[in-house]
Amino acid sequence: MDEKIKKFLYVNRKAPYGTIYALEALEVVLIGAAFDQDVSLAFLDDGVFQLVKNQKTDGIGVKNFSPTFRALGDYDVTKLFVEQESLDERGLTADDLQDIIYEDEDDDWAEKPSIRIVSRAEMADVMADQDVVLSF
Amino acid sequence: MSTLHTVNKSPFATGSLQSCLSHAKDGDAILMFEDGVYGATKGTTLADAVAAKGGSVTLYVLQGDADARGIAAARLIEGVTPVDYVGFVRLAADHDRTHAWL
Amino acid sequence: MKFGVVVSEGPYTHQASDSAYNFVKAALENGHEVPRVFFYHDGVNVGTRLSIPPQDERNIQKNWTALAAEHDLDLVICIAAAQRRGLLDENEASRQGKDANNISEGFRISGLGQLIEMGIQTDRLMTFGD
Repeated sequence: MDEKIKKFLYVNRKAPYGTIYALEALEVVLIGAAFDQDVSLAFLDDGVFQLVKNQKTDGIGVKNFSPTFRALGDYDVTKLFVEQESLDERGLTADDLQDIIYEDEDDDWAEKPSIRIVSRAEMADVMADQDVVLSF
Repeated sequence: MSTLHTVNKSPFATGSLQSCLSHAKDGDAILMFEDGVYGATKGTTLADAVAAKGGSVTLYVLQGDADARGIAAARLIEGVTPVDYVGFVRLAADHDRTHAWL
Repeated sequence: MKFGVVVSEGPYTHQASDSAYNFVKAALENGHEVPRVFFYHDGVNVGTRLSIPPQDERNIQKNWTALAAEHDLDLVICIAAAQRRGLLDENEASRQGKDANNISEGFRISGLGQLIEMGIQTDRLMTFGD
């Protein structure tokens, strides 16, 4: 294993559209994918709102960037950790989130879910297991 | 392996401090700076939660930001250590990673 | 130790660029290296040379330019974020057919890859935002 590979965590704690952080975070993730690092995304607090289904932005004249999350698998970004407690607090369940899948090249290209719902304690473990934490 | 968490928001404006408190692990450090310094003061609705975390996590406040906001040392929660920017740099160097709770 | 620094809010409205400046200065004065400072989101506005703050206030842009000159800092403004917000260097202005450019001395415009590269090549990554 190349020792230069670092674990990057992109932390998303803000809702989409009200501010640009979610969109510009996604732009970093897409560019970052070209660097072949070990990438994970964390969605907690209002960040979980970024992943909900049925976003329609026609009425506000802003680009709907939520479909881009479904393309992350093509960039080998396949670990999207979503915090259960953050969903609960906001009256959401996993069913309210988009289906985001990737094809696992190590498992005969089987389709697997990219979203991994984790507890707050597990999220803390994910955060503590990183080399670089980028917050948005 | 430990983390320096930084919180720069008033806990009365956003949930950043609370979220940080609930994800920080034993042996980590939390530095409250900018408007985050209000989270380090006594007598608030959050003071007990902050003080309780002080058992497992080391709490710091950026002296310059506290001074700017008229927060005297006596108003800081017990166990919160004031640091200057040199201390901030040292904290960042001494922990394995920094996590900014924006 | 090598520190990478991200500034993700603009000057004056948020304290982020002041805090980042103070941190970088303290790091450099204490024997650390800061190979790059990356300006993202509204942070790109720190790099305009057209701001005119009142004379009794700190001049955030000039402070960064001076610090960059003194320590040979690499101050990078994200091109995608900059284009959205009207920050252009000479090259970009002519390439995009604009009649002016507004980047301060000591700053350069480059891609988001510079942020990832900074994360890879430094020992600690600091984010100053809001």
